[in-house]
Amino acid sequence: MEPIIQIRNIKKFFGSTEALRGVSLDVQKGEVVVIIGPSGSGKSTFLRCINRLEEYDEGSIIVDGIPLDSTQHINQVRTEVGMVFQQFNLFPHLTVLQNITLAQKVVRGRDQAESERVAMELLVKVGIPEKADAFPGQLSGGQQQRVAIARALAMNPKIMLFDEPTSALDPEMIQEVLDVMMTLAKEGMTMVVVSHEMGFARAAANRAILMDNGLIVEEASPDVLFSNPKEERTKSFLSKVL
Amino acid sequence: MTDENNPHLLPGAPAAQNAQPKRGFDRWWILVAIVAALLIYLVTFKPDPFRRMLLFVADGVRVTLMVTVTSFVLVMVLGLVAGLGRLSKNPVISTIASVYVEVVRGIPLLVQIFAWYFAFPSIIQSIGARFHIPAFENYLANPVGMAILGITFCYGAYMSEIYRAGIQSIARGQMEAARSLGMTHFQAMRYIIIPQAVRVILPPVGNEFVSMLKDSSLVSAVAVADLTRRGREFISQNFIPIEGWSLVALVYLMMTLFATRIVTWVERKTRIVR
Repeated sequence: MEPIIQIRNIKKFFGSTEALRGVSLDVQKGEVVVIIGPSGSGKSTFLRCINRLEEYDEGSIIVDGIPLDSTQHINQVRTEVGMVFQQFNLFPHLTVLQNITLAQKVVRGRDQAESERVAMELLVKVGIPEKADAFPGQLSGGQQQRVAIARALAMNPKIMLFDEPTSALDPEMIQEVLDVMMTLAKEGMTMVVVSHEMGFARAAANRAILMDNGLIVEEASPDVLFSNPKEERTKSFLSKVL
Repeated sequence: MTDENNPHLLPGAPAAQNAQPKRGFDRWWILVAIVAALLIYLVTFKPDPFRRMLLFVADGVRVTLMVTVTSFVLVMVLGLVAGLGRLSKNPVISTIASVYVEVVRGIPLLVQIFAWYFAFPSIIQSIGARFHIPAFENYLANPVGMAILGITFCYGAYMSEIYRAGIQSIARGQMEAARSLGMTHFQAMRYIIIPQAVRVILPPVGNEFVSMLKDSSLVSAVAVADLTRRGREFISQNFIPIEGWSLVALVYLMMTLFATRIVTWVERKTRIVR
Protein backbone atom coordinates (compact mmCIF):
# COMPACT_ATOMS: atom_id res chain seq x y z
CA MET A 1 0.00 0.00 0.00
CA GLU A 2 1.18 3.51 -0.77
CA PRO A 3 2.45 5.34 2.32
CA ILE A 4 0.15 8.17 3.46
CA ILE A 5 3.17 10.41 4.06
CA GLN A 6 6.12 10.26 1.65
CA ILE A 7 9.05 12.50 2.49
CA ARG A 8 12.04 12.54 0.16
CA ASN A 9 15.40 14.09 0.96
CA ILE A 10 14.20 17.24 2.76
CA LYS A 11 16.81 19.95 3.25
CA LYS A 12 16.33 23.15 5.15
CA PHE A 13 18.70 26.03 5.79
CA PHE A 14 18.48 28.72 8.45
CA GLY A 15 20.87 31.21 6.92
CA SER A 16 24.06 29.25 6.48
CA THR A 17 23.30 26.54 9.04
CA GLU A 18 21.73 23.40 7.66
CA ALA A 19 18.84 22.46 9.96
CA LEU A 20 17.75 19.46 7.90
CA ARG A 21 20.38 17.70 5.83
CA GLY A 22 18.38 15.36 3.67
CA VAL A 23 15.68 13.53 5.64
CA SER A 24 13.46 10.88 4.08
CA LEU A 25 10.61 9.06 5.76
CA ASP A 26 7.57 7.03 4.78
CA VAL A 27 4.64 6.68 7.13
CA GLN A 28 1.96 4.08 6.51
CA LYS A 29 -1.70 4.71 7.19
CA GLY A 30 -2.49 3.95 10.84
CA GLU A 31 1.14 3.99 11.87
CA VAL A 32 2.39 5.82 14.98
CA VAL A 33 5.91 7.20 14.63
CA VAL A 34 7.74 8.79 17.54
CA ILE A 35 10.72 11.07 16.89
CA ILE A 36 13.26 11.73 19.63
CA GLY A 37 16.50 13.63 19.65
CA PRO A 38 18.43 16.41 21.39
CA SER A 39 17.22 19.99 21.10
CA GLY A 40 18.49 21.56 17.91
CA SER A 41 18.48 18.21 16.15
CA GLY A 42 15.84 19.44 13.69
CA LYS A 43 13.06 17.15 14.86
CA SER A 44 10.46 19.90 15.36
CA THR A 45 11.51 21.64 12.15
CA PHE A 46 11.09 18.32 10.34
CA LEU A 47 7.63 17.76 11.81
CA ARG A 48 6.53 21.28 10.86
CA CYS A 49 7.59 20.64 7.25
CA ILE A 50 4.91 17.96 6.96
CA ASN A 51 2.12 20.57 6.92
CA ARG A 52 4.43 23.22 5.49
CA LEU A 53 4.33 25.49 8.54
CA GLU A 54 8.05 25.43 7.87
CA GLU A 55 9.26 26.03 4.34
CA TYR A 56 11.92 23.60 3.13
CA ASP A 57 14.56 24.35 0.56
CA GLU A 58 14.97 21.00 -1.16
CA GLY A 59 13.19 17.69 -1.41
CA SER A 60 9.53 16.74 -1.73
CA ILE A 61 6.66 15.77 0.52
CA ILE A 62 3.49 14.02 -0.58
CA VAL A 63 0.67 13.71 1.94
CA ASP A 64 -2.27 11.45 1.12
CA GLY A 65 -1.40 11.70 -2.55
CA ILE A 66 -1.21 15.52 -2.55
CA PRO A 67 2.21 17.09 -3.18
CA LEU A 68 3.01 20.15 -1.02
CA ASP A 69 3.75 22.40 -3.97
CA SER A 70 1.10 25.12 -4.27
CA THR A 71 -0.85 27.28 -1.82
CA GLN A 72 -4.00 25.45 -2.80
CA HIS A 73 -2.43 22.03 -2.18
CA ILE A 74 -0.89 23.20 1.09
CA ASN A 75 -4.28 24.38 2.40
CA GLN A 76 -5.83 21.13 1.20
CA VAL A 77 -3.20 19.10 3.09
CA ARG A 78 -3.60 21.24 6.20
CA THR A 79 -7.30 20.42 6.43
CA GLU A 80 -6.34 16.72 6.46
CA VAL A 81 -3.45 17.06 8.91
CA GLY A 82 -4.14 18.10 12.50
CA MET A 83 -1.38 19.63 14.56
CA VAL A 84 -0.87 19.92 18.32
CA PHE A 85 1.71 22.40 19.58
CA GLN A 86 3.97 22.50 22.61
CA GLN A 87 2.43 25.81 23.71
CA PHE A 88 -1.17 24.70 22.94
CA ASN A 89 -1.83 27.88 20.90
CA LEU A 90 -5.51 27.98 21.77
CA PHE A 91 -7.28 31.15 20.70
CA PRO A 92 -7.51 33.08 24.00
CA HIS A 93 -10.32 35.40 22.92
CA LEU A 94 -12.66 32.50 22.12
CA THR A 95 -14.37 30.02 24.43
CA VAL A 96 -13.37 26.36 24.34
CA LEU A 97 -16.43 25.59 22.22
CA GLN A 98 -15.68 28.45 19.80
CA ASN A 99 -12.06 27.30 19.55
CA ILE A 100 -13.30 23.93 18.31
CA THR A 101 -16.15 25.14 16.08
CA LEU A 102 -14.47 28.07 14.26
CA ALA A 103 -12.41 26.15 11.70
CA GLN A 104 -15.22 23.64 11.17
CA LYS A 105 -17.44 26.53 10.12
CA VAL A 106 -15.03 28.65 8.07
CA VAL A 107 -12.92 25.85 6.53
CA ARG A 108 -15.25 22.84 6.40
CA GLY A 109 -18.40 24.90 5.89
CA ARG A 110 -20.38 23.12 8.59
CA ASP A 111 -23.30 24.93 10.19
CA GLN A 112 -23.39 26.04 13.82
CA ALA A 113 -25.45 23.11 15.11
CA GLU A 114 -23.37 20.47 13.35
CA SER A 115 -20.03 21.96 14.42
CA GLU A 116 -21.23 22.30 18.02
CA ARG A 117 -22.36 18.68 18.01
CA VAL A 118 -18.93 17.57 16.76
CA ALA A 119 -17.22 19.81 19.31
CA MET A 120 -19.21 18.47 22.25
CA GLU A 121 -18.59 14.88 21.14
CA LEU A 122 -14.86 15.54 21.10
CA LEU A 123 -14.92 17.36 24.44
CA VAL A 124 -16.52 14.25 25.92
CA LYS A 125 -13.82 12.17 24.28
CA VAL A 126 -11.01 14.27 25.82
CA GLY A 127 -12.85 14.29 29.13
CA ILE A 128 -13.80 17.94 29.69
CA PRO A 129 -17.30 18.60 28.30
CA GLU A 130 -18.02 20.81 31.32
CA LYS A 131 -15.44 23.34 30.13
CA ALA A 132 -17.21 24.13 26.85
CA ASP A 133 -17.99 27.71 27.83
CA ALA A 134 -14.73 28.43 29.66
CA PHE A 135 -11.98 30.54 28.16
CA PRO A 136 -8.56 28.94 27.58
CA GLY A 137 -7.04 31.15 30.29
CA GLN A 138 -9.30 29.52 32.87
CA LEU A 139 -8.02 26.01 32.14
CA SER A 140 -4.99 24.12 33.39
CA GLY A 141 -2.24 23.32 30.93
CA GLY A 142 -3.35 19.72 30.60
CA GLN A 143 -6.93 20.78 29.92
CA GLN A 144 -5.75 23.34 27.35
CA GLN A 145 -3.75 20.72 25.52
CA ARG A 146 -6.72 18.35 25.48
CA VAL A 147 -8.86 21.14 23.99
CA ALA A 148 -6.14 21.71 21.40
CA ILE A 149 -6.30 18.02 20.46
CA ALA A 150 -10.09 18.21 20.22
CA ARG A 151 -9.78 21.34 18.05
CA ALA A 152 -7.50 19.50 15.62
CA LEU A 153 -9.69 16.36 15.61
CA ALA A 154 -12.79 18.39 14.79
CA MET A 155 -11.50 18.76 11.25
CA ASN A 156 -11.57 14.94 10.88
CA PRO A 157 -7.89 14.78 10.01
CA LYS A 158 -6.35 11.66 8.51
CA ILE A 159 -3.03 12.42 10.20
CA MET A 160 -2.15 14.04 13.53
CA LEU A 161 1.18 15.74 14.20
CA PHE A 162 2.27 16.32 17.80
CA ASP A 163 5.11 18.77 18.47
CA GLU A 164 6.33 18.04 22.01
CA PRO A 165 2.75 18.02 23.30
CA THR A 166 3.68 17.42 26.95
CA SER A 167 6.89 19.45 27.27
CA ALA A 168 5.16 22.57 28.60
CA LEU A 169 3.04 20.69 31.13
CA ASP A 170 3.29 20.17 34.87
CA PRO A 171 4.32 16.57 35.59
CA GLU A 172 0.95 15.63 37.02
CA MET A 173 -0.85 16.80 33.87
CA ILE A 174 1.25 14.86 31.39
CA GLN A 175 -0.64 11.59 31.82
CA GLU A 176 -4.08 13.03 31.01
CA VAL A 177 -2.75 14.23 27.65
CA LEU A 178 -0.91 10.98 26.95
CA ASP A 179 -4.11 9.04 27.72
CA VAL A 180 -5.95 10.94 25.00
CA MET A 181 -3.08 10.29 22.59
CA MET A 182 -3.13 6.59 23.50
CA THR A 183 -6.83 6.39 22.69
CA LEU A 184 -6.20 7.99 19.31
CA ALA A 185 -3.38 5.59 18.54
CA LYS A 186 -5.57 2.60 19.42
CA GLU A 187 -8.31 3.89 17.13
CA GLY A 188 -5.88 3.68 14.24
CA MET A 189 -5.03 7.36 13.77
CA THR A 190 -1.87 7.98 11.79
CA MET A 191 0.38 9.93 14.15
CA VAL A 192 3.82 11.52 14.00
CA VAL A 193 4.90 12.53 17.48
CA VAL A 194 7.95 14.50 18.56
CA SER A 195 8.24 13.59 22.21
CA HIS A 196 10.55 12.14 24.82
CA GLU A 197 7.76 10.24 26.56
CA MET A 198 9.34 6.79 26.38
CA GLY A 199 6.36 5.16 28.07
CA PHE A 200 4.02 6.42 25.39
CA ALA A 201 6.45 5.44 22.64
CA ARG A 202 6.78 1.90 23.95
CA ALA A 203 3.05 1.46 24.44
CA ALA A 204 1.74 3.13 21.29
CA ALA A 205 4.42 3.58 18.65
CA ASN A 206 5.15 1.24 15.76
CA ARG A 207 8.45 2.96 15.10
CA ALA A 208 10.84 5.22 16.94
CA ILE A 209 13.33 7.49 15.24
CA LEU A 210 16.37 9.25 16.63
CA MET A 211 17.28 12.49 14.90
CA ASP A 212 20.50 14.36 15.45
CA ASN A 213 22.15 17.22 13.63
CA GLY A 214 19.52 17.37 10.89
CA LEU A 215 19.63 13.67 10.03
CA ILE A 216 17.86 10.46 10.98
CA VAL A 217 20.47 8.51 12.96
CA GLU A 218 18.54 5.37 13.76
CA GLU A 219 15.11 3.95 13.11
CA ALA A 220 13.65 0.88 14.81
CA SER A 221 10.76 -0.41 16.86
CA PRO A 222 10.61 1.49 20.17
CA ASP A 223 11.64 -1.55 22.21
CA VAL A 224 14.71 -2.11 20.06
CA LEU A 225 15.65 1.56 19.84
CA PHE A 226 15.35 2.21 23.57
CA SER A 227 16.80 -1.08 24.85
CA ASN A 228 19.14 -2.22 22.11
CA PRO A 229 20.28 0.69 20.00
CA LYS A 230 22.89 0.04 17.34
CA GLU A 231 24.32 3.52 16.95
CA GLU A 232 26.72 5.07 19.47
CA ARG A 233 24.89 8.40 19.10
CA THR A 234 21.61 6.78 20.12
CA LYS A 235 23.22 5.12 23.14
CA SER A 236 24.80 8.33 24.37
CA PHE A 237 21.54 10.29 23.90
CA LEU A 238 19.45 7.67 25.68
CA SER A 239 21.93 7.43 28.55
CA LYS A 240 21.30 11.14 29.20
CA VAL A 241 17.51 11.18 29.00
CA LEU A 242 16.56 7.84 30.59
CA MET B 1 0.69 34.45 26.22
CA THR B 2 3.17 36.83 27.66
CA ASP B 3 3.61 34.21 30.34
CA GLU B 4 5.06 31.64 27.99
CA ASN B 5 8.52 33.05 28.24
CA ASN B 6 8.49 33.60 31.96
CA PRO B 7 10.50 30.81 33.54
CA HIS B 8 9.08 31.55 36.99
CA LEU B 9 5.57 30.61 35.99
CA LEU B 10 4.55 27.04 35.58
CA PRO B 11 2.58 26.54 32.39
CA GLY B 12 -1.09 26.74 33.13
CA ALA B 13 -0.53 28.53 36.41
CA PRO B 14 -2.34 31.86 36.44
CA ALA B 15 -0.11 34.88 36.01
CA ALA B 16 -0.15 36.51 39.40
CA GLN B 17 -0.38 40.17 38.37
CA ASN B 18 -2.74 40.01 35.44
CA ALA B 19 -4.96 37.10 36.35
CA GLN B 20 -7.77 39.06 37.96
CA PRO B 21 -9.44 41.72 35.87
CA LYS B 22 -9.75 44.91 37.92
CA ARG B 23 -13.21 45.14 39.35
CA GLY B 24 -15.30 47.80 40.94
CA PHE B 25 -15.62 51.52 40.54
CA ASP B 26 -13.36 53.44 38.17
CA ARG B 27 -12.32 56.34 40.42
CA TRP B 28 -11.52 58.69 37.55
CA TRP B 29 -15.27 59.18 37.15
CA ILE B 30 -14.96 61.49 40.17
CA LEU B 31 -12.90 63.91 38.09
CA VAL B 32 -15.56 63.79 35.37
CA ALA B 33 -18.17 64.58 38.02
CA ILE B 34 -16.13 67.51 39.39
CA VAL B 35 -15.77 69.11 35.96
CA ALA B 36 -19.46 68.50 35.26
CA ALA B 37 -20.38 70.04 38.62
CA LEU B 38 -18.22 73.09 37.87
CA LEU B 39 -19.94 73.54 34.52
CA ILE B 40 -23.39 73.20 36.08
CA TYR B 41 -22.44 75.64 38.83
CA LEU B 42 -21.26 78.27 36.32
CA VAL B 43 -24.31 77.88 34.09
CA THR B 44 -26.73 77.99 37.04
CA PHE B 45 -25.23 80.72 39.19
CA LYS B 46 -23.40 82.83 36.61
CA PRO B 47 -25.83 82.66 33.68
CA ASP B 48 -24.27 85.81 32.25
CA PRO B 49 -22.04 85.10 30.40
CA PHE B 50 -21.78 81.33 30.89
CA ARG B 51 -25.32 80.17 30.18
CA ARG B 52 -25.62 82.59 27.29
CA MET B 53 -22.31 81.46 25.85
CA LEU B 54 -23.00 77.76 26.27
CA LEU B 55 -26.26 78.11 24.33
CA PHE B 56 -24.35 80.08 21.68
CA VAL B 57 -21.63 77.41 21.23
CA ALA B 58 -23.94 74.36 21.53
CA ASP B 59 -24.12 73.87 17.76
CA GLY B 60 -20.29 74.16 17.70
CA VAL B 61 -20.10 71.26 20.17
CA ARG B 62 -22.26 69.22 17.84
CA VAL B 63 -19.98 70.04 14.89
CA THR B 64 -16.87 69.16 16.91
CA LEU B 65 -18.37 65.79 17.90
CA MET B 66 -19.61 65.10 14.37
CA VAL B 67 -16.21 65.87 12.81
CA THR B 68 -14.37 63.82 15.45
CA VAL B 69 -16.59 60.75 15.39
CA THR B 70 -16.87 60.65 11.59
CA SER B 71 -13.11 61.04 11.18
CA PHE B 72 -12.51 58.40 13.86
CA VAL B 73 -14.63 55.79 12.08
CA LEU B 74 -12.80 56.52 8.81
CA VAL B 75 -9.43 56.50 10.58
CA MET B 76 -10.10 53.05 12.03
CA VAL B 77 -10.72 51.71 8.52
CA LEU B 78 -7.88 53.59 6.79
CA GLY B 79 -5.47 52.72 9.61
CA LEU B 80 -6.27 49.02 9.31
CA VAL B 81 -5.79 49.05 5.55
CA ALA B 82 -2.51 50.99 5.79
CA GLY B 83 -1.29 48.90 8.74
CA LEU B 84 -1.95 45.65 6.88
CA GLY B 85 -0.32 47.27 3.86
CA ARG B 86 2.88 47.92 5.77
CA LEU B 87 2.93 44.29 6.93
CA SER B 88 2.27 42.99 3.42
CA LYS B 89 4.86 40.72 1.83
CA ASN B 90 4.14 42.39 -1.50
CA PRO B 91 6.90 45.04 -1.83
CA VAL B 92 4.74 47.41 -3.93
CA ILE B 93 1.94 47.48 -1.36
CA SER B 94 4.25 47.79 1.65
CA THR B 95 6.23 50.58 -0.03
CA ILE B 96 3.11 52.58 -0.87
CA ALA B 97 1.86 52.18 2.71
CA SER B 98 5.25 53.11 4.19
CA VAL B 99 5.62 56.21 2.03
CA TYR B 100 2.11 57.32 3.02
CA VAL B 101 2.89 56.92 6.70
CA GLU B 102 6.30 58.57 6.60
CA VAL B 103 5.18 61.54 4.50
CA VAL B 104 1.97 62.26 6.36
CA ARG B 105 3.61 61.95 9.78
CA GLY B 106 6.15 64.60 8.81
CA ILE B 107 3.66 67.36 7.94
CA PRO B 108 1.74 69.36 10.58
CA LEU B 109 -1.98 68.62 10.69
CA LEU B 110 -2.87 72.32 10.27
CA VAL B 111 -0.85 72.49 7.06
CA GLN B 112 -2.56 69.33 5.82
CA ILE B 113 -6.00 70.77 6.54
CA PHE B 114 -5.07 73.98 4.66
CA ALA B 115 -3.85 71.86 1.76
CA TRP B 116 -7.12 69.91 1.58
CA TYR B 117 -9.27 73.02 1.86
CA PHE B 118 -7.35 75.52 -0.27
CA ALA B 119 -5.02 73.57 -2.57
CA PHE B 120 -7.01 70.42 -3.34
CA PRO B 121 -10.07 72.24 -4.80
CA SER B 122 -7.77 74.41 -6.98
CA ILE B 123 -6.15 71.29 -8.34
CA ILE B 124 -9.55 69.78 -9.15
CA GLN B 125 -10.67 73.04 -10.79
CA SER B 126 -7.57 73.32 -12.98
CA ILE B 127 -7.92 69.70 -14.05
CA GLY B 128 -11.52 70.51 -14.90
CA ALA B 129 -10.45 73.56 -16.90
CA ARG B 130 -7.72 71.64 -18.72
CA PHE B 131 -9.93 68.74 -19.77
CA HIS B 132 -13.27 70.61 -19.90
CA ILE B 133 -15.07 68.64 -17.23
CA PRO B 134 -17.78 70.99 -15.97
CA ALA B 135 -18.32 69.13 -12.69
CA PHE B 136 -14.63 69.59 -11.86
CA GLU B 137 -14.45 73.17 -13.12
CA ASN B 138 -17.22 74.27 -10.76
CA TYR B 139 -15.96 72.17 -7.83
CA LEU B 140 -16.26 73.94 -4.49
CA ALA B 141 -14.78 72.49 -1.34
CA ASN B 142 -17.13 71.69 1.52
CA PRO B 143 -15.30 72.94 4.65
CA VAL B 144 -16.59 70.14 6.91
CA GLY B 145 -15.86 67.51 4.29
CA MET B 146 -12.31 68.76 3.75
CA ALA B 147 -11.75 69.01 7.49
CA ILE B 148 -12.79 65.38 7.94
CA LEU B 149 -10.61 64.33 5.01
CA GLY B 150 -7.61 66.18 6.44
CA ILE B 151 -7.94 64.68 9.90
CA THR B 152 -8.64 61.19 8.53
CA PHE B 153 -5.66 61.23 6.20
CA CYS B 154 -3.31 62.43 8.93
CA TYR B 155 -4.54 60.26 11.79
CA GLY B 156 -4.85 57.24 9.50
CA ALA B 157 -1.05 57.23 9.32
CA TYR B 158 -0.67 57.20 13.09
CA MET B 159 -3.40 54.60 13.45
CA SER B 160 -1.74 52.31 10.92
CA GLU B 161 1.34 52.19 13.14
CA ILE B 162 -0.81 51.29 16.13
CA TYR B 163 -2.53 48.53 14.17
CA ARG B 164 0.83 47.25 12.95
CA ALA B 165 2.26 47.09 16.46
CA GLY B 166 -0.91 45.38 17.71
CA ILE B 167 -0.86 42.74 14.99
CA GLN B 168 2.85 42.10 15.51
CA SER B 169 2.29 41.69 19.25
CA ILE B 170 0.14 38.58 18.73
CA ALA B 171 2.25 35.45 19.26
CA ARG B 172 3.28 33.68 16.06
CA GLY B 173 1.74 30.45 17.34
CA GLN B 174 -1.73 31.94 16.88
CA MET B 175 -1.23 32.32 13.14
CA GLU B 176 0.38 28.86 12.95
CA ALA B 177 -2.49 27.22 14.83
CA ALA B 178 -5.03 28.89 12.55
CA ARG B 179 -3.14 27.95 9.40
CA SER B 180 -2.63 24.37 10.63
CA LEU B 181 -6.43 24.07 10.81
CA GLY B 182 -6.61 24.93 7.11
CA MET B 183 -7.62 28.58 7.45
CA THR B 184 -6.35 30.91 4.76
CA HIS B 185 -4.12 33.84 5.73
CA PHE B 186 -7.13 36.14 5.36
CA GLN B 187 -9.35 33.96 7.58
CA ALA B 188 -6.64 33.74 10.24
CA MET B 189 -6.29 37.54 10.24
CA ARG B 190 -10.05 38.05 10.27
CA TYR B 191 -10.98 35.59 13.02
CA ILE B 192 -7.84 35.16 15.12
CA ILE B 193 -5.22 37.90 14.78
CA ILE B 194 -7.20 41.12 14.33
CA PRO B 195 -9.77 40.44 17.08
CA GLN B 196 -6.90 39.96 19.53
CA ALA B 197 -4.87 42.87 18.15
CA VAL B 198 -7.84 45.23 18.51
CA ARG B 199 -8.04 44.43 22.22
CA VAL B 200 -4.31 45.05 22.61
CA ILE B 201 -4.47 48.44 20.90
CA LEU B 202 -7.55 49.77 22.69
CA PRO B 203 -5.59 52.06 25.06
CA PRO B 204 -3.54 53.77 22.32
CA VAL B 205 -6.65 53.95 20.11
CA GLY B 206 -8.44 55.70 22.95
CA ASN B 207 -5.55 58.16 23.16
CA GLU B 208 -5.85 58.82 19.46
CA PHE B 209 -9.56 59.51 19.83
CA VAL B 210 -8.89 62.05 22.57
CA SER B 211 -6.12 63.64 20.48
CA MET B 212 -8.49 63.86 17.53
CA LEU B 213 -11.14 65.51 19.65
CA LYS B 214 -8.63 68.19 20.64
CA ASP B 215 -7.01 68.54 17.22
CA SER B 216 -10.43 68.94 15.64
CA SER B 217 -10.16 72.53 16.94
CA LEU B 218 -7.74 73.13 14.05
CA VAL B 219 -10.63 72.90 11.60
CA SER B 220 -11.85 76.24 12.94
CA ALA B 221 -9.10 77.70 10.72
CA VAL B 222 -10.97 76.63 7.56
CA ALA B 223 -14.34 78.14 8.39
CA VAL B 224 -15.85 75.12 10.13
CA ALA B 225 -18.14 76.39 12.89
CA ASP B 226 -16.86 74.04 15.58
CA LEU B 227 -16.65 74.68 19.32
CA THR B 228 -13.43 76.68 19.05
CA ARG B 229 -14.69 78.91 16.23
CA ARG B 230 -18.08 79.51 17.83
CA GLY B 231 -16.35 80.26 21.12
CA ARG B 232 -14.04 82.77 19.47
CA GLU B 233 -17.02 84.48 17.81
CA PHE B 234 -18.84 84.85 21.11
CA ILE B 235 -15.74 86.04 22.92
CA SER B 236 -14.91 88.73 20.37
CA GLN B 237 -18.51 89.97 20.36
CA ASN B 238 -18.66 90.19 24.15
CA PHE B 239 -15.04 91.00 25.08
CA ILE B 240 -14.76 88.27 27.74
CA PRO B 241 -11.51 86.42 26.98
CA ILE B 242 -10.98 85.03 30.49
CA GLU B 243 -14.47 83.62 31.07
CA GLY B 244 -14.92 82.69 27.43
CA TRP B 245 -11.76 80.67 26.89
CA SER B 246 -12.17 79.07 30.33
CA LEU B 247 -15.59 77.82 29.30
CA VAL B 248 -14.31 76.53 25.95
CA ALA B 249 -11.50 74.74 27.78
CA LEU B 250 -13.92 73.24 30.30
CA VAL B 251 -16.22 71.93 27.60
CA TYR B 252 -13.29 70.28 25.78
CA LEU B 253 -12.04 68.86 29.08
CA MET B 254 -15.48 67.48 29.87
CA MET B 255 -15.63 65.72 26.51
CA THR B 256 -12.10 64.30 26.62
CA LEU B 257 -12.41 63.06 30.21
CA PHE B 258 -15.69 61.40 29.36
CA ALA B 259 -14.21 59.79 26.24
CA THR B 260 -11.27 58.43 28.23
CA ARG B 261 -13.61 56.83 30.75
CA ILE B 262 -15.63 55.20 27.98
CA VAL B 263 -12.45 53.74 26.51
CA THR B 264 -11.45 52.33 29.90
CA TRP B 265 -14.90 50.83 30.30
CA VAL B 266 -14.77 49.16 26.88
CA GLU B 267 -11.27 47.90 27.67
CA ARG B 268 -12.54 46.17 30.81
CA LYS B 269 -15.53 44.70 29.03
CA THR B 270 -13.45 43.14 26.27
CA ARG B 271 -10.45 42.02 28.31
CA ILE B 272 -9.30 38.51 27.50
CA VAL B 273 -9.50 36.10 30.43
CA ARG B 274 -6.03 34.79 31.17
